[in-house]
Amino acid sequence: MIETPPVSPPGRRPPEQRDVRIVSARSSLTHRFAELWRTRELLFYLTRSDVKVKYKNSALGLLWSMVSPLMQLGIFWLVFGFILKNGYPHFVVFLFAGLIAWNFFSGALNTSTGIIVERAGIVKKVSFPREILALSTVAAQIFYFSMQAVAMAIILVVLQSSPDWGVVWLLVPAIAALVVLASGFSVLLSALNVKLRDMRHLIEVAMQLWFWLTPIVYPYEKLAPHLHWLKWFYLSNPMAPIVLTFQRVLYPHVAVPSTNYPPNLPKTLPVLPTWSLGTYAELDCIILGAGVVLMIFSVWVFGRLEGNFAEEL
Amino acid sequence: MGVPAVEVQQVSKHFRLNSERHSSLKDRIIHPGRSTYSDLTALQDVDFTVGAGETVGIIGRNGSGKSTLLKCICGVLQPTSGRILVRGTLAALLELGAGFQIELSGRDNIYLNGSMLGLSRREVDRAFDAIVEFSELGQFIDTQVKFYSSGMYVRLGFAIAVNVDPDVLVIDEVLAVGDEQFQAKCLDRIRTFQEEGRTILFVSHNADQIRAICDRAVVLEGGRMLTDASPGEAVRVFRESLGGAPAADELGAPNRQERAVRNVEILGVDIVGGARVHTGDALHMRVGLRTKEPVAAGLVLEIHKLNGELLVRTDPDAARSRVEIPSGESVVTVDVDSFDVLDGAYQVNVGIVGPHGTAIYDWLECATSIEVTYEGRAAGMIALVPTVAVEPRPWY
Repeated sequence: MIETPPVSPPGRRPPEQRDVRIVSARSSLTHRFAELWRTRELLFYLTRSDVKVKYKNSALGLLWSMVSPLMQLGIFWLVFGFILKNGYPHFVVFLFAGLIAWNFFSGALNTSTGIIVERAGIVKKVSFPREILALSTVAAQIFYFSMQAVAMAIILVVLQSSPDWGVVWLLVPAIAALVVLASGFSVLLSALNVKLRDMRHLIEVAMQLWFWLTPIVYPYEKLAPHLHWLKWFYLSNPMAPIVLTFQRVLYPHVAVPSTNYPPNLPKTLPVLPTWSLGTYAELDCIILGAGVVLMIFSVWVFGRLEGNFAEEL
Repeated sequence: MGVPAVEVQQVSKHFRLNSERHSSLKDRIIHPGRSTYSDLTALQDVDFTVGAGETVGIIGRNGSGKSTLLKCICGVLQPTSGRILVRGTLAALLELGAGFQIELSGRDNIYLNGSMLGLSRREVDRAFDAIVEFSELGQFIDTQVKFYSSGMYVRLGFAIAVNVDPDVLVIDEVLAVGDEQFQAKCLDRIRTFQEEGRTILFVSHNADQIRAICDRAVVLEGGRMLTDASPGEAVRVFRESLGGAPAADELGAPNRQERAVRNVEILGVDIVGGARVHTGDALHMRVGLRTKEPVAAGLVLEIHKLNGELLVRTDPDAARSRVEIPSGESVVTVDVDSFDVLDGAYQVNVGIVGPHGTAIYDWLECATSIEVTYEGRAAGMIALVPTVAVEPRPWY
């Protein structure tokens, strides 16, 4: 014990006024979100270091982040647009519009699921809201998303294909829904993976199935007539309306003139649902709302599981 | 004690030790509800308060729950029951450089690590120069951390943590790393922290460090708190608690059972002719003992400065330090022909130990104190008087 009261250096608050942090088995949800907000700068640094480390010491650097999606785009275009000749003009734009949204989502889930286990070193040694780790993988995907958006712009310019400028605002609720949804899943899966390590492999498989359940390489309207009552079930896949919105904005054809073969086809082929813009926006907002609920649920689950992280790792 | 900075309230922590891990989905399905685990109690009802500005040590041997307690205080682990209140910002040195991205430069890591410890970008900007200076990295600050030597790595880690400007600093045996000069620098920084009225929680199993730094110390043993007392008393309790298992830096592996059998008790220590001596004088001490049966033992003298710095610990196996203690009460005389210690106040610990330092029969912390006066002009701690002579001949 000290005899004389210490003089606080300038800039430090006297002990009575300092914030009290409580460590106990349970912390409230609002407290968790407040902590996340307080440490938002860490999110930035973690994301930046992730991106930096990933392409450190590689000659092409960040360009590599474009190679994989463009390769995937090229293959799908080759198979569906060129070999199978589905006859949609500028099919590559249609494909990329869906892929750009999908890549964000699958990239976030695939990297976030294992992140807590991967970064066990700091999880066991440093105290900070661990959700940040999962969120930083989502944030990194935002970065790659913007890189792909640049590629998209280049493709649009080269093909002289113009997006539907009047509906570009639809991207706002769509991207918001996409980010919140991906964050919710990421936080949830990263925590579950600590206890159930096969979550990671499960997600890899599930993402493939999910990919084909989403109208990315095939136009929705091509499938819709066969869906009947399954239609709303199909559309309850939150990625479907988001991808449709991206396509609606970036691919300027709701329907395309059909080729003459086979001859008994109607004059035009529908590509995208002829919903009003309001319907698109409404669906995106519903998903955004569901994403927010998922996020709250995920943070709650994360909080329940977090106590055991340092032991399970 | 002013406002409490850290309140540990009835904290318990249980770990589940899975004897066979069923962490895959398959195992969960095949063995529903069957989980084979045993409970390990790492902490049991630990309860103490650290006032703002205090430095409290936590002592205990390996596995006593020291690190678990610290991790709970830092929030890395959550207690199973009970809670911990921390007032103000906290920086933890659980492991220096934890969270470094070795692929990135030192500069990037300062920002990354700083924000992980809760600093804003502007605060890191402000502390940046101080961090670089303290870490002595200089031009290497823009080199990737993976090319750093282990010393540079540790220095950077420590530099960031102490420049976080925390209200509470938690240090877990990190002072064991680094060269002596760096350790001295760290201790120096810790003292500055104390002067600034910051709260420090300091874990060590080095009794000398605890005595040197702490105002108080908590002793943990098997997850329970044995005592919360002055450093000297805590060190005594800690030494007593050492039964069977070896403590790396102590006198070997004391054996509690043997101690109980021998039942040696130090009754008291005094200095013949008073506690004031002159440098170079002879020192005569008497140690009162009581034993149940005769025992051959060695006597250890530990002399340290009031700030805890150890001056000397004598060798109990030296022939001159060994005695045959008869049963019943006896007085052992301890004579130092020439007490060549410069002026200052010193504290003396006395121990009676078995052969080859295998057992501590009894140990008395702060058995007595000595005040040394000195009129000469030498400085330092020991009186070393070289004899000087001259010979007129060429050099080699």
